[in-house]
Amino acid sequence: MRTNILQYLEETAARVPEKVSFSDGKDSVTFAELYRGARSIGSFLAEKNCRRRAVAVLMDKHPHAIVTFMGIIYSGAYYVALDAQMPSLRMQMIIDTIDPAFIITDEKHRKTADALGREVLIYSDIVNHTENAPLLDKIRTHQIDTDPIYVVFTSGSTGVPKGVAACHRSVIDYTESLCEAIGFDENTVFGNQTPLYFDAPLKEIMPTLKFGATAYLIPKQLFMFPVKLCEYLNEHGVNTICWVVSALTMISSLGVLEKTPPKHLTTVCFGSEVFPKKQYELWRNALPEARFFNLYGPTEATGMSCYWPATRTLGENEPIPVGKPFRNTDIFLITDDGKEAPDGEVGEIYIRGTCVTLGYISNPEKTAEAFVQNPLNDKYPELVYRTGDLGRFNSYGELEFVSRKDSQIKHMGHRIELGEIEAAASTCEGVRQVCAVYPAEKKKIVLYYVGEATSAELTAYLLKLVPRYMIPGEYRNLETMPLTANCKINRKFLLDEASQS
Amino acid sequence: MEKLIEILENLHEGIDYETCETLIDDGILDSLDIVTLITDINDAFDVAIPPEEILPENFNSAKAIFALIEKLDNI
Repeated sequence: MRTNILQYLEETAARVPEKVSFSDGKDSVTFAELYRGARSIGSFLAEKNCRRRAVAVLMDKHPHAIVTFMGIIYSGAYYVALDAQMPSLRMQMIIDTIDPAFIITDEKHRKTADALGREVLIYSDIVNHTENAPLLDKIRTHQIDTDPIYVVFTSGSTGVPKGVAACHRSVIDYTESLCEAIGFDENTVFGNQTPLYFDAPLKEIMPTLKFGATAYLIPKQLFMFPVKLCEYLNEHGVNTICWVVSALTMISSLGVLEKTPPKHLTTVCFGSEVFPKKQYELWRNALPEARFFNLYGPTEATGMSCYWPATRTLGENEPIPVGKPFRNTDIFLITDDGKEAPDGEVGEIYIRGTCVTLGYISNPEKTAEAFVQNPLNDKYPELVYRTGDLGRFNSYGELEFVSRKDSQIKHMGHRIELGEIEAAASTCEGVRQVCAVYPAEKKKIVLYYVGEATSAELTAYLLKLVPRYMIPGEYRNLETMPLTANCKINRKFLLDEASQS
Repeated sequence: MEKLIEILENLHEGIDYETCETLIDDGILDSLDIVTLITDINDAFDVAIPPEEILPENFNSAKAIFALIEKLDNI
């Protein structure tokens, strides 16, 4: 019985020690190196007694980051990967929330890490630390599968990011069910797109550890240059990708599939956003032999919860379904009056299962709002996750995503609360009222505001507070905000206006 | 050039496109911007930027983008 994700690493390192586990195309680590490095870092941290503490990781997307994550888990701590590009105020907010025992970084990010006011460790100083096997064994005997292994931060509507904590058991459950549904094996060569500070890369990291596959962590900049990106995939024989839709459409919409087809690809998973039908068809036609899967799931349920294998032709106006839940995950829909939605009707998507994570770190209020007693069960305690997503089951019994209940959006694959942008913008000098809207067809965040500030001032100010992907693409200055009958900002009116002009 | 600056301003306001030479290096343009930008340029200048010209050095500054447009226009 697996109760610890490190068992995957240990089994695989014993079986194929010399095989490359993770690479960015330049630097690689084998499974044996990953195992040894992780145990060294784990020993170092364990000797400082980090059990049940957070350890922050400020490193680029590189194989060494994976070694560090595993090392942190060996010590009985949990890792929190930080986006090195995020504004320093936001980073400080996260550090204050998690109260980490250490920040592990490399020479490149040392200055940024030092500014956070915590004890900083340099990767190269600890990766060769002498292994302390008795101490690691002792920690292992006390570890149980409900202990957290990571915290991932997502946008929060009040302006404070929320950190989702997940445990061994949820990640093992996710790994097993994902691998079974999609069918990875030791010959899988992943091309990872998503940054390591989200839950999304678990799709590559965990099956790689389980099967002894290989994962290429593709440098971020390549995603702007589609020909180079496809050449990279071909050079490394990448056969499996799990990417956000915007990364896939970038390749198809610029005509790269004909020019430099990613010829080794046999499995293409996509998700996080609605795939425009035309782009989806371009991919299907370019890779007729490949298997395509639509994936859906919130960070709060570990990773993905649902999958739809593209094995049937969709009707003209039929959306791409998000499909059926993974094994050991249950999905049900609840209507506004708290009852289960009848077949074909829209309801809020609730998720039940071992995949449901531990909650938001140091945030019991937000946790209690989203991790709730199953509304269909009043007999015994049973926590389920309410997603805030609206969905319906189609005639095939497949789940379809309809929309969000609130003002959370997906922009470039990033999950963003418009409220976080509004909270940040409203503290800018010369800004009195704000409202952010996202006309989906334009794929652009539009910020309406009342005040004397210029758009340049607002951009400069926001860059200090929120990640680059949350910066509005357009600002519209208003004399007064349009209001609804009960004197709230008329969001719907502004959204319609932004969509039209 | 004015037309190009206008297209860029439409993508993101509040950036000095006349002088900025690190649109890519500093992550000012992201991958969706590149897609939008190419579509807009193709329409506005009646050119067709081929995939092999979508390179960092061609998009790092308004000047470089404009040079690419002129090159394609002369073919």
